[in-house]
Amino acid sequence: MANLEKHSYDVVVIGAGGAGLRAAVEARDAGLRVAIVCKSLFGKAHTVMAEGGAAASMGNVNDNDNWMVHFRDTMRGGKFLNHYRMAELHAKEAPDRIWELEMWGALFDRTKEGKISQRNFGGHEYPRLAHVGDRTGLELIRTMQQRIVALQQQDKKEFGDFEKNLKVFAEVTITEILKENGKIAGAYGYRRETGEEILFEAPAVVIATGGVGKTFKITSNSWEGTGDGHALALKAGANLVDMEFLQFHPTGMVWPLSVKGILVTESVRGEGGILTNSLGERFMFKYIPDVFKDKYADNEEEADRWYLDQDNNRRPPELLPRDEVARAINSEVKAGRGTEHGGVFLDVSKRIPADVIKKRLPSMWHQFYELAGVDITKEAMEVGPTCHYVMGGVEVDPDSAAAVGVDGLFAAGEVAGGMHGSNRLGGNSLTDLLVFGRRAGVGAVEYVKSHGANPVSDATIAKAAARIEAPFTRTGGENAYSLHQELQEITHNLVGIIRTGAELQEAIEKIADIRKRSANISVAGDRKFNPGFHLAFDLDNMLLVAESTAKSALLREESRGGHTRDDFPTMNSTWRQVNNIASFDGEKVSIKKQALPEIPKELFDLFDVHELEKYMTPAEIAKGGSN
Amino acid sequence: MARTLKLRIWRGDDKTGGLQDVTVEANHGEVVLDIIHRVQATQMGDLAVRWNCKAGKCGSCSMEINGKPRLACMTQVASYAEDETITITPLRAFPVIKDLVTDVSFNYKKALEIPSVSMPEGMKPGEPRMEQIDVERSQEFRKCIECFLCQDTCHVIRDHEENKKSFAGPRFFIRIAELDMHPLDTLRNRKKTAQEEHGLGMCNITKCCTEVCPEHIRITDNAIIPMKERVVDEKYDPLRWLGSKIRKREGIL
Repeated sequence: MANLEKHSYDVVVIGAGGAGLRAAVEARDAGLRVAIVCKSLFGKAHTVMAEGGAAASMGNVNDNDNWMVHFRDTMRGGKFLNHYRMAELHAKEAPDRIWELEMWGALFDRTKEGKISQRNFGGHEYPRLAHVGDRTGLELIRTMQQRIVALQQQDKKEFGDFEKNLKVFAEVTITEILKENGKIAGAYGYRRETGEEILFEAPAVVIATGGVGKTFKITSNSWEGTGDGHALALKAGANLVDMEFLQFHPTGMVWPLSVKGILVTESVRGEGGILTNSLGERFMFKYIPDVFKDKYADNEEEADRWYLDQDNNRRPPELLPRDEVARAINSEVKAGRGTEHGGVFLDVSKRIPADVIKKRLPSMWHQFYELAGVDITKEAMEVGPTCHYVMGGVEVDPDSAAAVGVDGLFAAGEVAGGMHGSNRLGGNSLTDLLVFGRRAGVGAVEYVKSHGANPVSDATIAKAAARIEAPFTRTGGENAYSLHQELQEITHNLVGIIRTGAELQEAIEKIADIRKRSANISVAGDRKFNPGFHLAFDLDNMLLVAESTAKSALLREESRGGHTRDDFPTMNSTWRQVNNIASFDGEKVSIKKQALPEIPKELFDLFDVHELEKYMTPAEIAKGGSN
Repeated sequence: MARTLKLRIWRGDDKTGGLQDVTVEANHGEVVLDIIHRVQATQMGDLAVRWNCKAGKCGSCSMEINGKPRLACMTQVASYAEDETITITPLRAFPVIKDLVTDVSFNYKKALEIPSVSMPEGMKPGEPRMEQIDVERSQEFRKCIECFLCQDTCHVIRDHEENKKSFAGPRFFIRIAELDMHPLDTLRNRKKTAQEEHGLGMCNITKCCTEVCPEHIRITDNAIIPMKERVVDEKYDPLRWLGSKIRKREGIL
């Protein structure tokens, strides 16, 4: 292709959320030339959605906090399936990453002493989340964006060119990671605005593409969360680890469409919101597990009294842990007692006066009134489990964020696996982005310094170009929108929050069928900013993610964190020793079991041995960690 | 619940284009962005629109709805009368790329022209101490989601391409104000450069920007007017002028 747009860099970063930008800053600071490629405009990444805060044991509010406490909380949250080294590095380095943001202009909320304020959050022993009201993610992305601008201004001063060493390529989709001689050589894609193709030659590529939510019908993720990085890495020969672990929030809005997937905070239930099915039954009383019988009320009268007198009454069952609530909603809907739109009702309007609701839940009231015309002081909400976060992801070396099995490839942030084990604690994702974004930058710098350029051959370019052209050469083929909807139905019904072996098997077959039909997608219109064309490529990625998740979930015969098997309802300490590793041979995904790295003695000793007994086998306890 | 909605959507590119009539179903509670997505999925597979979070937090789906700059994800269909035709057009202040997507690169270029935060020499990470009350002034401006609706509505550039060169626009006046009020920033000439390099003086405080801001940032009252006042104080107040001359002569300033 004579007029192909070509660029040559030391490092290409795919994704401009917190992790991608942090990686880019690190590589640029080390003197490398870096391209940042993102699907949206600069500064719009899904990182902006994070509300709660960024977990770092700075100890500003409680000075008993330190990295060891944070490490313990993270491992507990992940049910000890975390890669211990990632959880350790994260806990140790998170404070430095937050303080660094402050030096780049971030303005966090303050304590009385003028330090960065820290708030409590589920699973964190001490107040630990640095925050800016409920818009911490926006502060993080804007600070990183402005840091990039600051570096570009330095280059302008020194070299007369803002973009000499660091350039953002916004609204570009990468369709392929290129390799030559078995090593990374660059990336190929198209400009979304024009449809024109673009080649990046670079010996190192950092994947920081975020999550996979759009694979599911109900999700809190934006359109960008199509698992691009997961799929690109698989296709480049990397592995995905533990893709069965997805975090579902039990109460996402399922209707109206305008707010589908948006989270309804737990405090709505805490303030007295009740869950009912289409028959009007307050069904949660039927779903109290035996272990919780002494803590949760089994009748409405007692449950209602709890709001007034918490010492002498048991809690309402609406306040059971997230996975229990999600499981109950799921069962009601599957039994045919769901709402028209596949959820259940969550109602505060009949129980609390309107002015009290507005006072106690101001942002919830405002959000649904403004976004959907739903007045929660007057009517019930329709809610169901919503896909929120993927714990699984690219298998990486913890210290360098290098993807296992592919020289020159790195991954950081939500797209990388291991850090959060089977379940992520709130607040750990923002610092995950910063800690491992930086480490991926360092990893890429070291790799580039010891390996030279690796030019891309014409044959490789021709192959990547042919793939982009293909949907335009077909007419009357499959419609990408319809196939996407079909996929979302399958994942929602069969690979969702509660799984069974038979349903997963069925899902695997159906996903394979869609995959076959997707090879015949045709696109209407031309290449210029054409969403139908864009979806054709995003869909291909989601299909690989769905296949990896379904197959990995079928293999794991236990329930742990973000993976619940109705046919294997308990946690099994033998399975704790296992990572499920997905790889792709060009046609299908296969999963193999791999031993989880053994926790070293000094980290093992941070725990009470009786706590570890709940997770580990007697042999592991006896050994007491590796040396 | 469902109603049939009449829309006129602008379709075209940088060369030609015009309004196209569309009829589409709308459900209770839907916002304009939902309707655009339905049109996309059922009638115009190649209709171009930017969007991301669909929750009013990222500022991507900026467009003009019945001539008013708005976020499509925050605009209720129900806010229009049953028989009203809703007209959807791209942002007028920026060049069209395709359909509802415009070239907003003007804003990213302006961002590069404003000097970044400058921390005190020798300050180390973890050292800063700031009062909540002092960070709150800048925090208001850091709520900005960069939807650029304020830029779009500002009459200094809305129909005056020629002013773009010398005018940064409301989004960047709040950026300058944010840095100017940042408790740690050490650059002392921000108001002066706002006036002299970024066109603060061209703003005649009609508050159009404040009205369209989806984050309800008080752009005019809290950023533009205070900066203008202080610039004026320093420039025209005869006492201050005299004072500055005397001090300068005495080597104080």
